Amino acid sequence: MNPFSSGTRLRDMIRAIRACKTAAEERGVVRKECAAIRAAVSENDQEYRHRNLAKLMFIHMLGYPTHFGQMECLKLIASAGFPEKRIGYLGLMLLLDERQEVLMLVTNSLKQDLNHTNQYIVGLALCALGNICSAEMARDLAPEVERLLQFRDPNIRKKAALCSVRIIKKVPDLAENFTNPAASLLKEKHHGVLITGLQLCTDLCKASEEALEYFRKKCTEGVVKVLKDIANSPYAPEYDISGIPDPFLHIRLLRFLRILGQGDADASDCMNDILAQVATKTESNKNAGNAILYECVETIMSIEDNSGLRVLAINILGRFLSNRDNNIRYVALNMLMKAITVDTQAVQRHRVTILECVKDSDASIRKRALELVFLLVNDSNVKPLTKELIEYLEVSDQEFKGDLTAKICSIVEKFSTDKIWYIDQMLKVLSEAGNFVKDEVWHGLIVVISNASNLHGYTVRSLCKAVQTSGEQESLVRVAVWCIGEYAEMLVNNTGMLDVEEPITVTESDAVDVIEIAIKRHTLDLTTRAMCLSALLKLSSRFPACSQRIKDIIIQYKGSLVLELQQRSIEFNSIIEKHQNIRSLLVERMPVLDEATYNGRRAGSLPATTSASNGAALNLPNGVAKPAAVPLVDLLDLSSDVVPAPSPSGGDFLQDLLGVDLSPASSQSGTIQAQKNGTDVLLDLLSIGTPPAQSTSSTSDILSSIQDNKTSSGMLERLSSPSGLSAQASSPAGGSPIMDLLDGFAPNLATQEDNGPAYPSLVAFESSSLKLMFNFSKSPGNPQATTIQATFTNKSTNIFTDFIFQAAVPKFLQLHLDPASSNTLPASGNGSITQDLRVTNSQHGKKSLVMRIRISYKVNSKDVLEEGQINNFPRGL
Amino acid sequence: IRFILLQNRQGKTRLAKYYIPLEESEKHKVEYEVHRLVVNRDPKFTNFVEFRTHKVIYRRYAGLFFSLCVDMTDNELAYLESIHLFVEILDHFFSNVCELDLVFNFHKVYLILDEFILAGELQETSKRAIIERMGELEKLE
Repeated sequence: MNPFSSGTRLRDMIRAIRACKTAAEERGVVRKECAAIRAAVSENDQEYRHRNLAKLMFIHMLGYPTHFGQMECLKLIASAGFPEKRIGYLGLMLLLDERQEVLMLVTNSLKQDLNHTNQYIVGLALCALGNICSAEMARDLAPEVERLLQFRDPNIRKKAALCSVRIIKKVPDLAENFTNPAASLLKEKHHGVLITGLQLCTDLCKASEEALEYFRKKCTEGVVKVLKDIANSPYAPEYDISGIPDPFLHIRLLRFLRILGQGDADASDCMNDILAQVATKTESNKNAGNAILYECVETIMSIEDNSGLRVLAINILGRFLSNRDNNIRYVALNMLMKAITVDTQAVQRHRVTILECVKDSDASIRKRALELVFLLVNDSNVKPLTKELIEYLEVSDQEFKGDLTAKICSIVEKFSTDKIWYIDQMLKVLSEAGNFVKDEVWHGLIVVISNASNLHGYTVRSLCKAVQTSGEQESLVRVAVWCIGEYAEMLVNNTGMLDVEEPITVTESDAVDVIEIAIKRHTLDLTTRAMCLSALLKLSSRFPACSQRIKDIIIQYKGSLVLELQQRSIEFNSIIEKHQNIRSLLVERMPVLDEATYNGRRAGSLPATTSASNGAALNLPNGVAKPAAVPLVDLLDLSSDVVPAPSPSGGDFLQDLLGVDLSPASSQSGTIQAQKNGTDVLLDLLSIGTPPAQSTSSTSDILSSIQDNKTSSGMLERLSSPSGLSAQASSPAGGSPIMDLLDGFAPNLATQEDNGPAYPSLVAFESSSLKLMFNFSKSPGNPQATTIQATFTNKSTNIFTDFIFQAAVPKFLQLHLDPASSNTLPASGNGSITQDLRVTNSQHGKKSLVMRIRISYKVNSKDVLEEGQINNFPRGL
Repeated sequence: IRFILLQNRQGKTRLAKYYIPLEESEKHKVEYEVHRLVVNRDPKFTNFVEFRTHKVIYRRYAGLFFSLCVDMTDNELAYLESIHLFVEILDHFFSNVCELDLVFNFHKVYLILDEFILAGELQETSKRAIIERMGELEKLE
């Protein structure tokens, strides 16, 4: 009896549901139906069971819960008739999945059905099994399925093959059983069986190495032959798609060949001919043909090297790229990215097309093309490529700009041959998309600029022009402002003109204008404005005529709510008014930032320091010693006075700080006394307002006064930053305190030059035979992290072997154990084992460290275990 | 293939076949996300979208979106072809199929699908063979 003859009821229900105008109405109808079905279920109604299940499935598809129907499925499957079984299995597949325990109950029915005489029922069972079986079911029923692989009816064979695919996915161990029958499937004529058989073999190869070997040896030629036949076969209406007989089979065969040929030269040789034939003969004006070509190209690229074929493959990809269909181009770009590792030359030929793709309207194509271009860049093509990319930058849309900018910047940086080109490109990028440019990029630019001394004039002039047109680009403004501050005279005097420049006239007040506009623009952020202030100070020194005007501008920020601006404004104002004599020295040209060190540091990621040095107002009193700069040398003499020539770290430290070579000893002592007033000025400067500290002649005092007046010592810090960075290798110890000192915006530099506070060492654990000591050290700059050196000593007279130390910490701590120095502990303290631990305390300051430990070792081949808890860690760790 | 979805423009799922185990709530989430992804795409864009860690290959036929979710390594163009083949089969079976046919005869659609794809892989590539088999099965009803 046809369950769907009473489908009027089913159809009625569907119609009723569709007729509902609101969600509430629909819910009402569904609820009524569900109630009816539930009643029928509890009554164990036979007649309408299948209809009810159909209705239930529909309701399920609408999204309502239908758990009560699961047992119905089982009952239907267990009934004898085909239609009931059919709807039962369908319900099973829809309402259940492999994770439900109910599924196990079906196993027996499935087994019976797999052995059924009616092959349609066998088909149903295989279908259900293939779609949702779990691992246990797979194991139970695998022998049945295996047997069915050789059933007389091809429909069953193909279903059995796919079912086996799933079984193998779930239980890879069973792969061996299926290998032989699978191989015989490959000799079939029926396409369905062939396709499924190929799929089975592919999965077998993935699951088991032996299967792969087996197939490679036995089946490669067979498969090649099949592919040849199908490729050459005449028109067959049954399988024809767009003129190609059964493209799916083609693709399956190619994929299988790929697996066989990968890593194996013989197999690859076998298939070279047929691959060449498929690659050349397949028509590519329809999607089906392209699908085959795509698979073919993938196969060629994966199997062992054959340059002729590879060239062929890449040419096909090139053709794909110029296809109008987006899908094809996408696919081609994907493949080219993989191909690039194999054969860059060939891909280069298609560079132009790829560049076109960068401008495509589809976002995913653009992204892929850009990545591909990035991979393609080399020394010879970098200039035209960059030019194209920058032109595109102007018209690209916002989301893409970020990516594009980053890529352009890295290309330019990596491949720049001469500085002037680099600077030009960077300027263009900054003008276009300065807001997307990352900090490191423009820091790098500044380093390069300062190194290219012959280009200073050119740079500052171009920047001036650029900032007048694109003043909203933050990074551009920053770089420009810095350069104008530094090289202002060159700007005005047109020094160092290069041939390609047109002369421009920029007066002093023009320069001040530029900066004034920048500082007044409210869209720019704090750092930029701070830099502007510093630049103004420099200008006031270099252009004395504008001094008054500059002073007026600076004064406006005296009452600024932002601390940084206010502070700078006041300081600079004070310099301009009161300290004319040292002003020019304070704002001397910055020393050249050492590129190599800078790059090294950047690679070693010390971002805080470099950005503090470069980004923060780069007004730099000079580090370069000038013979006439007596007062400055004085500053140093202050220290050398204290710490005589063979300088311990303190002296080196200050030398680094101020970056002056102390060696011209001659200039020293003689001038000291005479210049005391100079030092007073300095101290005055440092402790603005407070009386100069009394004969503060000790280095550390100076340092502490520097640190105490950290807020006002902005200048000195920045003073030494670049030279501090290019610190002599001889004072690495001095290096880290400099970093601390220089971390301009960190509030808590307070303490000292050493590596943070010292903690007493601790006897963490002691038993009758073992003693454990902890030594603590903290790295500066990271108060939460502590390095503990644990030392184990053996108090007994026996040697401990297999010594293992374990520790556990509560959740707010993170612990990392380094390997121990050894795991044998000699007796009676004749030696010790050391092991480093690193602890990070996320509740630093609120909770102190606590640790449970467990030590296990062997004494005279007897295992000993000691455990303990350490609570007496010093506070503040 | 991980799952197959047939959805209309409003987001109603007309057919959902999953070859991987998912909770009910996850299924609904997936359906919702795929719908959102697919419905807003410009026809000029490619038929392939990245979805979580897989790909969705979709095609629009009249008011219905046919979406297939496959692994990253699969051949997209081939699956595009298989979507088309499936639509042709449906067309042939229902004689000029429309969405309403699929709604009222959803159980048959599932059966056709089960003849076409099993365990997430293509089972039969001949339209004629599938139609024939469906005919045989209908006779048994």
